[in-house]
Amino acid sequence: MTASVQVPTEPGPPRPGRAGIGTRLIALVGELLIIAGAVIGLYVVWQLFYTDVIAGKEQEHVLETLDWAYTEPIVAADAEEDAGPEVIPVGARMPPESAPVMDEPAFATTFATFYVPRWGTDYVKPISEGVTRAEVLDVLGIGHYPGTGMPGEYGNFAISAHRTTYAKPFNRIAELERGDALVVQTEEAWYVYRVTDDLIVYPTQVEVIAPRPGEIGAAPDGYYITLTTCHPMYSAAERYIVHGELEYWAPTGIGVPPEILEEIPQP
Amino acid sequence: MIFPFVWSLLPGPVWLRVALLLVLIAAIVAVLFQWVYPWFSVTFDIQDQNVEAVP
Repeated sequence: MTASVQVPTEPGPPRPGRAGIGTRLIALVGELLIIAGAVIGLYVVWQLFYTDVIAGKEQEHVLETLDWAYTEPIVAADAEEDAGPEVIPVGARMPPESAPVMDEPAFATTFATFYVPRWGTDYVKPISEGVTRAEVLDVLGIGHYPGTGMPGEYGNFAISAHRTTYAKPFNRIAELERGDALVVQTEEAWYVYRVTDDLIVYPTQVEVIAPRPGEIGAAPDGYYITLTTCHPMYSAAERYIVHGELEYWAPTGIGVPPEILEEIPQP
Repeated sequence: MIFPFVWSLLPGPVWLRVALLLVLIAAIVAVLFQWVYPWFSVTFDIQDQNVEAVP
């Protein structure tokens, strides 16, 4: 009886044509699901980690090309008194009324740097013209809303940046407290703003970047700065807004504002 | 179905197939990271931090 059993001389691989159409369809769907899972998983890796790496490099590179920007290690001397950078003397602090205002630069041009001691004395980021994602916010970092005031202008200097991903310039915006310094440097001058207010609004509430914050069409009544970013984190449902007012300005070349050297304990 | 097909398409011994497969995966990931994901993120506005218009 054993002789009648067919024994394959060579155990070859099972031929694909053998499986039923249903089995093959299920196998195909399964493989497509595996591929879809990998593609979606990789998207998360890209968004959360890779964009930080690429945008961070780009923003550091942009800072290096600004020969006027102060990018030295921003630390007050711990051991020796004269080791730190020179500080702008109190007498050189000029009132907001006399602040120089630069012309609005061309789209995607980097025209200022931003220092926030609350976010660490090493925090320095470039500010560029425009708020489109592909050209400005995803690569250059902080963007300036075209048509709003320039630094030191009577009106509202409104800027926007990512709170998460793409090197997240405004990641720690919720830590800002009233009275915190927001320092802007242009080629000509330093502008030291102080935080006055923070609020959470819907994306449609464009009055936050009006010349008089909160009132569309009203004449300006101060020297404001406005930061806008996502809220809550990793969402775009609302916007986190921080307003500030200009305290003083000073020309560049005579030192740095003492505010940017202030060491605030980091969480 | 797809995976066995790709495997049979690759030439050479097993070690070469594995190496080619790794190169292929790396190339696909690079294309996704460089072009596909940025396009998707901007086109579908996953996270936008601007207030919508300039007054």
